[in-house]
Formats: sequence, structure tokens, C-alpha cells
Amino acid sequence: MYKSLLCLRYLRTRYIALASIISVMLGVATMIVVNSVMAGFSTEMRDRIHGILADVIIETNSLDGVDHPERWMTIARNAAPEHIKAMTATVEVYGMVSFQWNGHWMTRPITLIGIQPESKSKVGPLVDNLESYNPVMDGDVVVRTALRSRDEPPGWELTEPAMAYLKDKIEREEQFREQLNNIRRSAEAPTESRSPFDLRSSSFPRGGGANSQDNEAIGMTASTKELIRKNPVDERGPFHKDHLDTESPVGSEFPFSPVVSKVDLEQEEAIWPARVYVGSGLIEFQFEDKLGKKIRVQRMIQPGDEIKISTVSAGRPPEARHFNATVVDVFKSGMSEYDSNLIFCNLEYLQEIRGMIAPETGVRSVTSIQIKLKDYTLSKEVVRQLKAVFPPRLFTVRTWEQKQGPLLAAVEIETAILNVLLFLIIAVAGFGILAIFYMIVVEKTRDIGILKALGASSRGVMTIFLSYGLALGIVGSGVGVALGLLFVYYINEIEDFLTVIIGRKVFDEAIYYFPAIPTFVNPMTVIWVAVGAMAIAVLASILPARRAAQLHPVEALRYE
Amino acid sequence: MRGTISTSRTHISAVALEKAYLKGQHKIPVLQGVEIDVRKGEFVSIVGQSGSGKSTLLQLLGLLDSPSVGEIRLEGERIDDLPTSTRDKLRNRVFGFIFQFYHLLPELNLLENVLAPLMIRHSTMAYWKHRRVYRELACDIIAKVGLTHRIKHKPSELSGGEMQRAAIARALVAKPEILLADEPTGNLDNRTGTEIIQLLATLNDQEHLTIIMVTHDRLIANQSHRSVCLSDGRIKALEEAA
Repeated sequence: MYKSLLCLRYLRTRYIALASIISVMLGVATMIVVNSVMAGFSTEMRDRIHGILADVIIETNSLDGVDHPERWMTIARNAAPEHIKAMTATVEVYGMVSFQWNGHWMTRPITLIGIQPESKSKVGPLVDNLESYNPVMDGDVVVRTALRSRDEPPGWELTEPAMAYLKDKIEREEQFREQLNNIRRSAEAPTESRSPFDLRSSSFPRGGGANSQDNEAIGMTASTKELIRKNPVDERGPFHKDHLDTESPVGSEFPFSPVVSKVDLEQEEAIWPARVYVGSGLIEFQFEDKLGKKIRVQRMIQPGDEIKISTVSAGRPPEARHFNATVVDVFKSGMSEYDSNLIFCNLEYLQEIRGMIAPETGVRSVTSIQIKLKDYTLSKEVVRQLKAVFPPRLFTVRTWEQKQGPLLAAVEIETAILNVLLFLIIAVAGFGILAIFYMIVVEKTRDIGILKALGASSRGVMTIFLSYGLALGIVGSGVGVALGLLFVYYINEIEDFLTVIIGRKVFDEAIYYFPAIPTFVNPMTVIWVAVGAMAIAVLASILPARRAAQLHPVEALRYE
Repeated sequence: MRGTISTSRTHISAVALEKAYLKGQHKIPVLQGVEIDVRKGEFVSIVGQSGSGKSTLLQLLGLLDSPSVGEIRLEGERIDDLPTSTRDKLRNRVFGFIFQFYHLLPELNLLENVLAPLMIRHSTMAYWKHRRVYRELACDIIAKVGLTHRIKHKPSELSGGEMQRAAIARALVAKPEILLADEPTGNLDNRTGTEIIQLLATLNDQEHLTIIMVTHDRLIANQSHRSVCLSDGRIKALEEAA
């Protein structure tokens, strides 16, 4: 009884112990805040990766893929009939993208994924990542509302504004060409007329291509069209391209223009049979607005523009394949690794251009099958079942976590190291407790003597100081947990406040892709941190408590 | 010198008691063969000059320290070689201590200080169950030493005499058999000191408490049944009650 009474009294009257309480408190609060933010980021990151990759992925070991995807999907469905919710077949291949901006050619490496948007959206949240389905925000202000309703299944159609943009572009191009023809005609007479051409070309991005590139692109266009003619794509919608048979009369002059054959084009015919969703990171860059001290984003390509894609064909040896594609939508997942690397293309076209359609039978091949499970917690089980039926020499069956293993492991190790470092802060607080306790024991020597004279055992005296340490730990970690959770809860308000004070955005959405700082409080982490802090407080008080217990009553009482 | 007591049964005795402290390499003898018998209900005072070893003798009798040679016997049974936990219990139940500097716990108020021996004796559960009984007991004893009006005061708010009376109350609440007082009046003025001695004498008379008191004041020693004079760690003279 006296133990708890005394240790509570010491807690209330020894203000020096507040120092150790505060150090424990700060350590605990920091750990909780950092862990919550880290967990928030990693949860968000996992969600985004998961969204792109689907639950379980069956990939072929060869880029050539396997034929009869329907058959393999049936096999998968039969192997794990009660788990699979949806499946989609895709073709994944590496490539390059080139596009022109401000008269310069931009070329970037990409991963080209051929998808069927409707079935892909059943496997992952594709719609959430497409720009036309989501409003564009600047801070809290809606800059542009969503262009499509969520009920509309994703496809390869252009939105109204993109159509309008394209139409406008074509009209301008027509005008430009007419003007250029006029100039040419007058240029046959040996008068100097280069300056108006140059003027035009600098103001109009399409005009300024170098000659060598022009020639290469001519070949590209020709080969693409040849292919399309050989293998007519689905006899529906935008892929039906009769007009491609008519060769462009002015193609040699304007190889990049998709609208070369007719002057009064139907809009549909201005669009290439290859349609793509482009990762936002590929087509935009950030710059600091010197006036507003804000980070702004510059787009180089918009839906309706065309880009050039180079990739390799299936089969031995792989051959280069080039094609033009119309950008239908911009893809933005928030994972910069994906956003600056992925281009989604219509599956049928990609299969065709890569020669993944058997010429005699028309059987198509795919390189991977993405599967969505009814219950992701059973993914290991499903992978085991699928591995049994998919021969390992042809396929790799993995969950998205296994596929992204190194990245996720790196994040986990990062978190662990950070935790170790932060726990050292609490350990430092522990040494503070040790020093302060030693002081208190010296100060309380006489009282310890009195207690022993009154019949208190050494163990009892030790318990007083151990429970005093525990009490410090409990109070410190209790206040620390409360403080940490409050901080996490109001982290965005605190960020706003700091922004006002510093005058510069602390957490810029443009850089991090997050509208607010994501946090995730894991109750187990909080409990572990609190328990750890208490344990350290008790451990630190062992030494002083032992010293107190070993005090000789006579010597202790001689203290005057 | 007060009258003799009725019983002659030995309550606590020291047999050939020797005690030496080590100070660095040197052994400093404090007690050199002390023999003393205290009868039940007796009020004995130990007198002697500073450094004569009287406080050490008291501490040895009260099991605060262990003798180098010799024995302490309580009702004929040796108690100085008992295990630590038993000695702790004996200190709590058999002996009551009063010190020159009162030695109250500064964080606790008067009532809590008085209750401290009972809190030490009982486990938390047992104490909590009977806390009302103990509280009443403590209040009775505090009333007996005349401090009822100071019950909620901290030691720092009490005068010297009040603190010593509080210390006596604390010693009494455990219902000890032997009261050990180490210069209980040493820090008090004459009048207050006399009051304290009167209080001890009354307790001795009414409760038949065995009291062993260390003092260097002959006048105060005269209030007891007999005085033992220590000099250089030996008993110089025994002044039996006349």
C-alpha cells in the first residue's frame, strides 16, 4: 500500500521527474506520428500499385505470349472456381514513345500494355485513374468537372472536348497546308520566301520536324497502314478504316498528319486505329512559377493528340514495329513509377501490330492474365491452386505483392530502420530517467532509511522506485499517445498553419500527388510504442531502485 | 528516578555485544562487550557522551544493524541472526522507533505518516479492506498525543514538538512491545522536551510499554526506571532505581 501511495506522491511532488516524462512523451508522440504518416504513405502506395496490378497475375515467361487466352482463363476458373471474381487478358511489352512539343521531339521508354478497358476495369479501379472520369482539382477548387459519368464503361472513344480540340487542330492544319502550298507555288519563281515559312513553323509545333525524322516517319506510316490493310481489325466502330486504302497524295510533305487524304474529313477518320491512355508523368513536367511561387504542371500532349510508339514484334527474331496512336485519355495513378512509364493501348491493335494473331486461324495471343479475387486474403491459396495447373515453364503466377516484392520489402525495411532510430530517442529518454532517478534516490535516502526502520523490506523499497519508473512511463507514454494521435488527426491543419507561417507550401500536392497528407494509425503500433516506452522507463529505473533497496538503514538515517 | 516495575521477566537483552565499523583499512570499535537486560515494562535510558556507542546499541537492539559479535535476545530467543524478512517483520511489529530528527516522510500528511507502519505491514488488498478500522485507530492515537487539529498537515507545517509527537503516534500505531527512542528531546527546547518525556512516561505507566531511550541529558534520564551509562563502548555504571 505504502508503495503505491509513495510512488504517486513522488510523481506529484518531484517536478524534476517531469523532465523525464516530457522526454518519454515526445519520443512516443514522434514515433506515433512518423509511423502513422509512413503507414499512410505506404498504404496509399500499396493501394495504387494494387490498383494497377490486380490481385493475381499470370504472366507468360516469353514476350511472345500464349495463344487461346480464353482456354487458359477457363483453366484458371476451373482451378479456383470459388475465388475468382473477374479476369482480363493483356499484352505487356516494352517500347518507346515519341511525341513532338514546341518543335522538339521527346522520346521516352515505356511499358506498353494492351488492355480491354471494360474487362480491365472489372479487375482494377481503372476508371479512378483516368482523367476524363475525374474532376481536375487545384487545391480545393474544381478546375474542370468530370467529363464522363462513372456509369459509362471505359472505352476508346474520345470525349467531346478532345473531339473539338482535334477538329480545331485539323482545321488549322488545313489552313497551314494551303498557305504552304501557296508559298511553294510562288517559290518556283526564284524569290526569297523562306521567312514566312519559318515564322509559321515556330508558332505551329507540327511544322518543324527535321528531315531525317520525316523520312523515318514516312516509313512508319506506310508500314503501319500496310499492316492494317492486311489484317482488318474488328469490323466495328473506330477501327473500321476504309479510308486508309487511299494513299495520301501529300503524305510525303506531311507525314505526321493523320488527316492527309481528304479535305472535308469526318472526325472519326482523323483518328488512328491505335488508341492509348498515356501515363501523366510521360507527357507533363513541373516547373516553378516564379510569380506565384507555386509549382505548376505543364502538359505537352492532350487527349486528341497523336503520339508515335515503337515496340517489338512477337516471334524470332523480334522486329521493330512502329505505329501512330491517338491519345484518348490521360492515366494518373499517383505512383510516379507507373505514371511515367505506362501506356495502355487497345489490345486488339497491339496484338495485330506485334503479329500475335495467327495468320491462318486468326487465333490471338496474350502475355498475361490479370485476376481479381473475391477475397484477397486467400490469394496465397489461389496462387498455389493456379500454379498447379499453369506449367511453370510457360507461366509465372504471382500475387501483386510478390510481383512488387523488392519495392514493398524496401519500404518495410525503411520503416523498420526508422523505428529503430526513433526508438533510440525513447532509449535516450530512458537514460534521462536513470540519471534523474539516481538523483531522487540520493535525495530520498533518509526516507528509505525511515521506511526500512518501520519494517519495509528491501524488495518493497525497490518496488517503490520500479513502480515510480513505471508510473513515469505510463504517464509519459499516455500523454505521448494522446499528443501523437491528436497531431496525426490534425496533421493537415498543422500543415496549413505551418504553410501560413513559413509562407511556402510544406506538403505540395503537385509533388506528392496527395490532396492531403495520408495517415494510417495502426492500433498495434500504438500499443507497441506505448508498451516499449513503459518497458524502457522500468528498465531505466532498475539500477536506481536496486541502489535504494541496498541502502543500509543505519547509514541512510545518519544522513542529516 | 521513578519507582521499580512489578515484573522481573527479561524482555530484551544484549549478550556480549560487539560492533566495529570499517573505515577504510581501519577497524573502529564502537561497542566492546555490552551486556544489558531490559525487563518487560521497564523504562531504561542509555546515557553517555557523543561517540560512546549509545545510538549504535539502540540500532542493534532494534535490528537496524547486525552486531559483529554477540547476540540480541527477545524473550530469551536470539533474533539478530534471523533472515532479513523476519527481521523486517520484527521491526514492524515488535519495535517502535522514535528519532531525534523525527524522520517523518515529507510527502505524506500527518495521518498518512502515522498509518505508514500499518501500510507496510499489510498488503494493499488487506489494508484497503480494513482501512476504516486503521484510520480510526490512527485518529485515536493522534488524539492521545494531542494532534487531532493537525491531522491533514504536512510535516513541514508542524513545529518540532508536534513532529516528535507525530513520530510517537507513528511508533504506537503498530502496537509495539518495545519503544526505541534515540534522543527524542535532542532537538527540542526544554519545555517541549519535558512534555515528550512525560508522554513517554505515561505510555510506560498505562500501556506497560518497554521503553529504551538514548539521551545525553541526565535530567531526562532521571525520568526513567534506570540509566545505563556507556563510555567508549563499555557499560561504565548501572544506576539501579533507588
